[in-house]
Amino acid sequence: MSQIHVSTKINGDATEYLCEPEETLLDVLRDRLGMTGSKEGCGTGDCGACSVTLDGRLVCACLVLGAEAQDREVGTVEGIAEGDSLHPLQKKFLEHAALQCGVCTPGFLVAAKSLLERNSDPSEEEVRYWLAGNLCRCTGYDKIVRAVLDTAKEMRSA
Amino acid sequence: MPLDHPQDLTIKDFKIVGQRPLRPDGIDKVTGRARFGADMNAPGMLVGRVLRSPHAHARIKSIDSAKAEALPGVKAVVTGADFGAVKDGLDDGMLDVLVNCMAQDKALYDGHAVAAVAAISQTVARQALKLIEVDYEVLPHVLDVDAAMQPDAPVLHEEAADESVPAGFSKNVVRRYEFGHGDVAKGFAEADRIVERRFKTEAAHQGYIEPHACLAAMGPDGQAELWVCTQGHYMVRNTCAALLGMDASQLRVTASEIGGGFGGKTTVFIEPLALALSRKAGRPVKMTMSREEVFRATGPTSSSSIDVKIGMTREGRITAASGELRYQGGAFPGSPVEFGAMSAFAAYDVENVKTVGWDVVANRPKQAAYRAPGAPMAAYAVESVIDELCKQFDLDPLSVRLKNAAVEGTTSSFGVTYGKIGLSATLEAARAHPHYSAALGPNQGRGLACGFWFNFGGETCVSLNVNADGTVGLSVGTPDIGGSRASMCQMAAEELGIAYDKVRTVVADTASLGYNDVTDGSRVTFASGLATIQAARDAIRKLCGRAARMWGIDEDAVIWEEGYAKPAGGNAGSFEPLSLAEIAAVSARTGGPIAGHTEVNADGAGQSFATHLVDSEVDPETGKVKILRYTVFQDAGKAIHPSYVEGQFQGGAVQGIGWALNEEYIYGEDGRLQNPGFLDYRVPVASDLPMIDTVIVEVPNPGHPYGVRGVGETSIVPPLAAIANSVSAAAAVRMTHLPMSPPRIRKAIEEAAGR
Ligand code: FES
Ligand code: FES
Repeated sequence: MSQIHVSTKINGDATEYLCEPEETLLDVLRDRLGMTGSKEGCGTGDCGACSVTLDGRLVCACLVLGAEAQDREVGTVEGIAEGDSLHPLQKKFLEHAALQCGVCTPGFLVAAKSLLERNSDPSEEEVRYWLAGNLCRCTGYDKIVRAVLDTAKEMRSA
Repeated sequence: MPLDHPQDLTIKDFKIVGQRPLRPDGIDKVTGRARFGADMNAPGMLVGRVLRSPHAHARIKSIDSAKAEALPGVKAVVTGADFGAVKDGLDDGMLDVLVNCMAQDKALYDGHAVAAVAAISQTVARQALKLIEVDYEVLPHVLDVDAAMQPDAPVLHEEAADESVPAGFSKNVVRRYEFGHGDVAKGFAEADRIVERRFKTEAAHQGYIEPHACLAAMGPDGQAELWVCTQGHYMVRNTCAALLGMDASQLRVTASEIGGGFGGKTTVFIEPLALALSRKAGRPVKMTMSREEVFRATGPTSSSSIDVKIGMTREGRITAASGELRYQGGAFPGSPVEFGAMSAFAAYDVENVKTVGWDVVANRPKQAAYRAPGAPMAAYAVESVIDELCKQFDLDPLSVRLKNAAVEGTTSSFGVTYGKIGLSATLEAARAHPHYSAALGPNQGRGLACGFWFNFGGETCVSLNVNADGTVGLSVGTPDIGGSRASMCQMAAEELGIAYDKVRTVVADTASLGYNDVTDGSRVTFASGLATIQAARDAIRKLCGRAARMWGIDEDAVIWEEGYAKPAGGNAGSFEPLSLAEIAAVSARTGGPIAGHTEVNADGAGQSFATHLVDSEVDPETGKVKILRYTVFQDAGKAIHPSYVEGQFQGGAVQGIGWALNEEYIYGEDGRLQNPGFLDYRVPVASDLPMIDTVIVEVPNPGHPYGVRGVGETSIVPPLAAIANSVSAAAAVRMTHLPMSPPRIRKAIEEAAGR
């Protein structure tokens, strides 16, 4: 079984790695590249804890093969803040206490950012449906939805 | 425990307590830096995996692991036999934990661990599992609690029952509990009407998003380290040390950030296996469960079958209440039926009351605590019957509850006489809320229910170090499952009179701080908070002593006020007040480091009550339920960080919505779990829900210096009942089986129409 060589871009940085043909992008990120911000809650595409973007499209990293990242651009939670300045979503999640345990948070942030890039003025219902692929067992979603709506409002007025 | 500084409820002008500061672990959690169970690695690390029984009940005739051991890259295999040496020394409870972690002579449920391997990669570990040959003799199995109680049911254990169980019962009935007072026969005779009903609830999983994970490393000298996501790392240490025959001092356990627990991470599953594999292989071993393993082999709570009978006068006074509760707790004794039987009528002042609880084993995973274990299903049955009586008498359900509500001085159904409690206050808050009188449309119904939880204090140890730069390091031993480090920082800062961000709270490992009970029983903000306040007061005494030395006056002549040491009155002399930072800066010259400590077995946790109000709409064609509006009213005693209190209310309510409407363990005829994944075991998602409104009621708990009551668990007690009452109203038929999935609702509607 020979490994596959992959050249890709992760959060803007050119990156190369070797991976097994059956290895998921999530395993590559976590186990080979030490980027453990993306979480595995299920491994089957049902929880969204592993949400990343692939060429700007929101995907579950557990459903993408590591080899598929060749010549693509991957965005993870580690790339949301710019240096030490947090993205408005990150700030609002903290302000609204939109996390309790925080294990779902990376996935929600990646997914919410991807929503706001497409729709700067989502309704509550649009936020709820966009985030329906991300499970949170702690918060009941209330504060997460509020944080996203508030971020959208703030970013519109900025 | 008598507080050395009795509660001063005149402190109303909290400066930091009651505010909503940003949590200290927040930035790590929004940037992906926070390290959870699976986020740790070690040099030379191996991967551990578990082989699990595909049978619900089977005798293990033999296990042959020779082929797996011969596979290149496999470094260790362990089976039940590897724990043979310690087995005899374990008490029954610990032996059950061991047998649950690794089957001995029988596999007792689908997913029961029978062997584990450590290998150089996931791929090799998976291949190795396939090479382990287990010879099973499949036995008949039983899954349902009522079926397991039948005298001819397949028996799991020959000798698990104790003396509380009368003769003639199936050996699967392992404990009987009874609570109550008064004369129920007399009470029922006084009633104008009696309603008696049977209810069933299905098993629900805690559903934490982070699967169990750990990293174990044991050296040839027997010293070991364990990194693990758990609600109680001291519990993990003590349990693993017992199961591996080690001294507790040789095992240092560090609690990782924890991605949810809700009670499900108050025991061990893979941790002893990882240690055993590491010992055998001589290398660190990391183990993580897949989601399928989490569903098949950990968690869920009990499924239940409950009979409730309540007698009421036409004015709405409950004259008598009785209940018979049967919970299956999976393959081992210990279902939370005792708590169910204790809590069932705990919200009400009932003169004649009796509950009987039956603990039953069945071929399912060993239940684990789930948020107010045992109480939600009992409350569902009781609150449904009260609702039905209110309907029959055409009485307002809120007024009836208020009329019967337990108050200060009420002797509860489980024997305790209540001190200051807040049930009536939550009901009054509900009545005053616009939700209570909002209009409803067709096919919509409103449900109301109350809930109770005991709350717990327990063994707690805290260390508070004053640093020379005027900052403070606080070490607690209770894993932070929902923002508790923020609350601890607030309480320490409040006591010391310093800024919130001058305090840093860490969860210390088992070698760095004395024993702490598990984060459970809604105990952390109460008990670790109380210990933090006392440790701060201990530090203040020492700070005052140092100030006395600096001024050359008597220690007794120094008082602490608003963050400053001051001379106590004119006789003490006239000195400029000294801040904590000023005293700390010269501590090396006044006697060395300054620290405060508390070791306490805290009681006085203070019971907690809530009232939930919910509106739902039922589609009569499909049986689908939509939750339209939800409001939680709960007594928090004193909310230290209101956002995280609201979060507990909201999270508990939504877990209750899932349990009431969707979530259930579904087994096939073969005894295998058919829905071990989030696709088929569907927890609520954002698009299923409305906002969850919250009202924090504050009736201070006399047992805590600031009046805190735990809030984590009560919030899941009323939802099953409140939603069932709402759906029953909307569908015009009493729903007696949870979850109220569309097929069950359709069936109930059709049956009611056919009558
Ligand atoms: S881990 Fe990828 S969706 Fe759950
Ligand atoms: S905060 Fe715990 S799962 Fe979302």
